[in-house]
Amino acid sequence: MADSGMQSWKSLALGCAMTEPGSSKRFNTGDWRSRRRPVTDREACIKCGRCYILCPDMCYSADPKAEGFYNWDSFYCKGCGICIVECPKDAISWQEEKEEDKYGPACGS
Amino acid sequence: MGQRVGLEVSLACSEAAKLANVDVIAAYPITPQTHIVEHLSELVADGDLDAEFVPVESEHTAMSACVGSSAAGARTFTSTASQGLALMHEILFIASALRLPIVMAVANRSLSGPISIWNDHSDIMAERDIGWIQYFAENGQEVLDLTLAAFKIAEDKRVLLPVAVNLDGFVLTHVIEPIEMPDQSEVDAYLPSFEPQQKLDIAHPISMGMVGMPEVYTEAKKACLDALEKSYSVIREHWDGFAKQFGRQYKPIESYKTEGADVLFVTMGSLGETCMTAVDEMRAQGLKVGQVRIRMWRPFPADDFMAAIKGAKSLVVMDRALQPGAVSGPVATELKSLLYDKGQSIFVSNFVIGLGGRDVTRADFANMAKKTMEAQSAGKEIACEMWGVKE
Repeated sequence: MADSGMQSWKSLALGCAMTEPGSSKRFNTGDWRSRRRPVTDREACIKCGRCYILCPDMCYSADPKAEGFYNWDSFYCKGCGICIVECPKDAISWQEEKEEDKYGPACGS
Repeated sequence: MGQRVGLEVSLACSEAAKLANVDVIAAYPITPQTHIVEHLSELVADGDLDAEFVPVESEHTAMSACVGSSAAGARTFTSTASQGLALMHEILFIASALRLPIVMAVANRSLSGPISIWNDHSDIMAERDIGWIQYFAENGQEVLDLTLAAFKIAEDKRVLLPVAVNLDGFVLTHVIEPIEMPDQSEVDAYLPSFEPQQKLDIAHPISMGMVGMPEVYTEAKKACLDALEKSYSVIREHWDGFAKQFGRQYKPIESYKTEGADVLFVTMGSLGETCMTAVDEMRAQGLKVGQVRIRMWRPFPADDFMAAIKGAKSLVVMDRALQPGAVSGPVATELKSLLYDKGQSIFVSNFVIGLGGRDVTRADFANMAKKTMEAQSAGKEIACEMWGVKE
């Protein structure tokens, strides 16, 4: 374990409280993904929004450039695959992902 | 000035919480603590105490509610015993980890089984490592005084830790004693209103009870340990302040006739008073015995203890809880570890006594001292013994 992110016990907030609201936004859970990412085939997508509804990490958001479609968020997606299982048209599938591409452009954007 | 009244010790404990003007009480009744929370619920229901009484469905919830109310900035009190304390177990650690100044009276009672409602220290000894300040009262006055002082100590910004005030079940809780009841104005002068350092507040949001990844868990624990260790001097300061305000002085280790004593009894809780009478009798017979009483159990006042036993040749250590499979009882384990660190090879005997409400008499103390002295003069090792077991 690297000591990056460690801090002195003297500098912790009282009771190890988190005193900055919303700091979990910075928590890069996308780093948990291992070697593959979900990719949507927009030809097959029927814009039902189930990926958006069912993603436990809210990684799908409305695409402002293409109404009805959803963008995928590489920063938070843990790669659980729920969107792939739940897509009624099998429009989402795994794509091999290299470690250096983990934080590449989100699908469809 | 206050007045001297005859009062059941449980009620004195409730009155202390009332005098401290608590905001929230979350508690579940359990023998022998029942009268404490029963009286508090009456005080709230009758409008004599402006507080929320949360009648929870279990002790697990009682402590959880206390964590919530204390986190929201409310002065919080609860009380429990035995199985109830055991049921609080996992939340007790959270209360100290979140640095919440909850005050809890523990009416010490044995743990099942067999089912026993009677007094010993098994309940609190099983919660020894919860990171709370833990101390013991020996009589009704001390219960009132130390409960009041507990709020002052817990809420001090140098401390911010929960405090458990231990009082022996039945032996104290159900006995009517003369109690010096202070005036509200005196208490107010000693104990200002609670000003939390941080609290759950939607205007200034914070999160409490976060996940501690391996990179931070050890440091979080160290911070709590440091607070507990440093609470020692604050406890002393506020006990001294209590003496100035109310005229009654409390010390981490109390001594009785230790001067010139070869043999010292070590007791904790109400048993100390029986032991004092036994010491008087033995002294009258010319035996060089004395007594030290551990009032402050956590943090353990190591230097005070060493100073109190200076010159003694042997210690007769009373444990009111079993530590099954261990070398000795929990108190003796603590003391032997300390003595080893200090390079002291003083002779230590250890007796597990008074389990599940078994009476401990003055004669018992005399016999334990005799047994210790005989073993010591014969140069014999003496193992931890469950005293008075019927063979």
